[in-house]
Amino acid sequence: MGSGASTQHHFAFQNAEKAFKAAVLIQRWYRRYMARLEMRRQCTWSIFQSIEYAGQQDQVKLHDFFSYLVDHFTPSSHNEKDFLSRMFTEERVPQDSEMEKCSDYESIEVPDNYTGPRLSFPLLPDHAMALVEAFRLKQQLHAHYVLNLLHETRKHLVQLPNINRVSTCYSEEITVCGDLHGQLDDLIFIFYKNGLPSPERAYVFNGDFVDRGKDSLEILMVLFAFMLVYPKEFHLNRGNHEDYMVNLRYGFTKEVMHKYKVHGKKILKILQDVFCWLPLATLVDEKVLILHGGVSDTTDLELLSKLDRHKIVSTLRCKTRKENEKQEEEKGKAKQTSSAGRPSPWFLPQSHPLPSSPICLSSHQTHKAGRSCSVPCCGPLDPRELSRQVRRSVDLELERCWQQAGFPVIKEKEEPWLFMADADSEARELLEPTREEWRQVVDILWSDPMAQEGCKANTVRGGGCYFGPNVTKQLLQKYNLQFLIRSHECKPEGYEFCHGRKVLTIFSASNYYEVGSNRGAYVKLGPALTPHIVQYQANQATHRLTMRQRISRVEESALRALRNKLFAHSSDLLDEFKKHDKDKTGVIPLGKWAAAVESVLRLGLPWRVLRPQLVNSAAGAMLHYESWLEDVAKEQPNYKNVQSSLLETLYRNRSNLETIFRIIDSDHSGFISVDEFRQTWKLFSSHMKVDITDDCIRDLARSIDLNKDGHIDINEFLEAFRLVEQSCSEGRDSDCPQAPTATGSGSSRPGAH
Amino acid sequence: MADDKEKEGPELVIAELHKKIKDAFEVFDHEMNNTVDVREIGTIIRSLGCCPSEGELHELIAEVEEEEPTGYIRYEKFLPVMTSILLERRYRPIPEDTLLRAFEVLDPAKRGFLSKEELIKYMTEEGEPFSQEEMEEMLSAAIDPESNSIHYKDYITMMVIDEN
Repeated sequence: MGSGASTQHHFAFQNAEKAFKAAVLIQRWYRRYMARLEMRRQCTWSIFQSIEYAGQQDQVKLHDFFSYLVDHFTPSSHNEKDFLSRMFTEERVPQDSEMEKCSDYESIEVPDNYTGPRLSFPLLPDHAMALVEAFRLKQQLHAHYVLNLLHETRKHLVQLPNINRVSTCYSEEITVCGDLHGQLDDLIFIFYKNGLPSPERAYVFNGDFVDRGKDSLEILMVLFAFMLVYPKEFHLNRGNHEDYMVNLRYGFTKEVMHKYKVHGKKILKILQDVFCWLPLATLVDEKVLILHGGVSDTTDLELLSKLDRHKIVSTLRCKTRKENEKQEEEKGKAKQTSSAGRPSPWFLPQSHPLPSSPICLSSHQTHKAGRSCSVPCCGPLDPRELSRQVRRSVDLELERCWQQAGFPVIKEKEEPWLFMADADSEARELLEPTREEWRQVVDILWSDPMAQEGCKANTVRGGGCYFGPNVTKQLLQKYNLQFLIRSHECKPEGYEFCHGRKVLTIFSASNYYEVGSNRGAYVKLGPALTPHIVQYQANQATHRLTMRQRISRVEESALRALRNKLFAHSSDLLDEFKKHDKDKTGVIPLGKWAAAVESVLRLGLPWRVLRPQLVNSAAGAMLHYESWLEDVAKEQPNYKNVQSSLLETLYRNRSNLETIFRIIDSDHSGFISVDEFRQTWKLFSSHMKVDITDDCIRDLARSIDLNKDGHIDINEFLEAFRLVEQSCSEGRDSDCPQAPTATGSGSSRPGAH
Repeated sequence: MADDKEKEGPELVIAELHKKIKDAFEVFDHEMNNTVDVREIGTIIRSLGCCPSEGELHELIAEVEEEEPTGYIRYEKFLPVMTSILLERRYRPIPEDTLLRAFEVLDPAKRGFLSKEELIKYMTEEGEPFSQEEMEEMLSAAIDPESNSIHYKDYITMMVIDEN
């Protein structure tokens, strides 16, 4: 009979031990649960990123497509010539006279019943604040004021240098913000949390103000207004999305035309010019360099300071170096007879008065071996091309007259697009950026940092490079700088340091991929330029969710996008699965699924980790692949009359399709003719090697033209196939479907920091 | 997670395991140089179906670390260790009823719930204590705001469903 005390102790000890063990068990279990959540979160992020970048690669492919057309397509009828001529108008720096016309806002009357904000110039701080408030209340600025503001903005920007030099001795603090991508809520939140711009509070906005979000234009209005009010303290850098060609695809063009149906075209035209005039970088106290993308091992700040930034209309180009070289070879042989050969600018008759959606390219000098990376760029320059450009203003008028008179303007059958002229190398200096200049700008707008040393081509984005810590170090040393601030990449926390804290990425669009996907952040440079980061997430709804719920939401969105992609490649996947099923049993080992999917989709995703989410398994270890593909198809919206492979193809190429439509619809009317649609599709499918019969296209076109007037409403077409996800009028143009964002006012609890 | 028992030869099984491990590893290989931050190893191991305690995890890390720890774990060292863990089915996940009994130990009066304070006390003072972040996250999902307590049976059920 043990004494009471020691038994008690014994029990107590046992109980304590049991409690300890129980606690360990629960903690162990919980940590595993959280780890799996973290894995899901990471995978979700990878999905969004890979789809986003695949989309950007698509853009490059799209331009390849157009250059393919230029090289290989000989229109066989007058109609086809006309049609193509509407697609291929010359890209060039707009003339001053055109600009005058566009910024003619005075003639636009503002009706008396207009209740939105009214601006007068010179702009006062009150005007700028009134704008912010008006937009917060969802008002729209009248086109008259939009154009007026853009006109004044352009006047101001023209005076600025390529690299803005800012000093902290005037303002007490400088706040640097990253990508906003049309998310007005985030901008309003930043001003709410950090304070409005003022002589004591300087701001630098580091590019990518537009595209994807739904309020790109409002953001521009606010940023430009503050820039005019506080020219010494408020600074903007150009981002890769401040580019009319990128805007065609990523939603800004659409947003403007949707909001300003009458004057949108004018607005877009002047914006194209305004974007070219945006400075390329900002330098704070000669110590901190702020630019949108990054740097390369050849970045030359002196060259960047001196070039004419206005000449860089777009950083996108059609041709890769390989194609150019090949053509050089071929053309080199046919040099005497062929006047053309060049992939680049050629001059076409236009059936519309203004070149409203110019697509193509400026010509450049031969891309020499230089760096081993192949930045997409143009082919070698034909001197005769250049002279032609000099004379184009005269020719342009002539063309129009001829066209209107009904004469075919094509001079030679073999090279229908080009005119011959004499060489004039001086013209080149005046008109075109050199290849080197263009590349320098592409590098600072498109590059991304990487962890490894060195510098290599950024094949994921299709432009710029990946730069390593040594490149950063080299640059900082060369120009005696402390560190670099850049944006361009979405980060889960809204910011990220790398290269030994010498490079800071700052990204200000919270919930970029999906509600709850990431925080936004801005950085304040204090005394001695030490960075101080502030994070936030401009959506109150997410704060009430647990991490699990937040991750689930975002994950579901990513998986939906992924299933979309899987569906879009159904035929290819089926072929691939069949390869693993030589005996035609209808099943393949589950283990083969991942390899098959990756070889078709090429997204570089961790398929084995994702498999439980994408495959409702299977008879044990085997997968009935056909029924799995059917399951995937069932989740997609259905268009019963359409041949299923066509639907698949449409899905796969929907962003391209939309972009192409927008390019064809050069007057931004929202309509294209049935015939144009058919022709485009024919060309597109032959280039993309898609096997769609002509009948099928014709039937499809007919079925879309519901009122049989020979015109297709682009938006209706895309909606019919739900190629643009649900909230196309309010959502973003990305491959990812969007959950509607909560329309809270700007204030919200900032993320813990 | 290792629910797909393949009836094929051991080489194939191992090959499959290797691919699985590689996929999971690559998710965290941000620099794409076959290394991951040592702080992510726990996540990777757990996502592959294992449920080690913190102590067991530290032992594992010691096995896969370099002679002189660099803060990074290389794939070449990780793969064989992880493969044998999976083959030997070490650190198996905890079955639902075991988990339930663990909660019951902490609730000797058999009320069916733990108060918020009790949960916090046990999780942050006993066993392998939670960090504040871990505690907050668990509370956000587990605590019923009206009663300020965790009804552990329901909690477990909810979490298990969510997992599947």
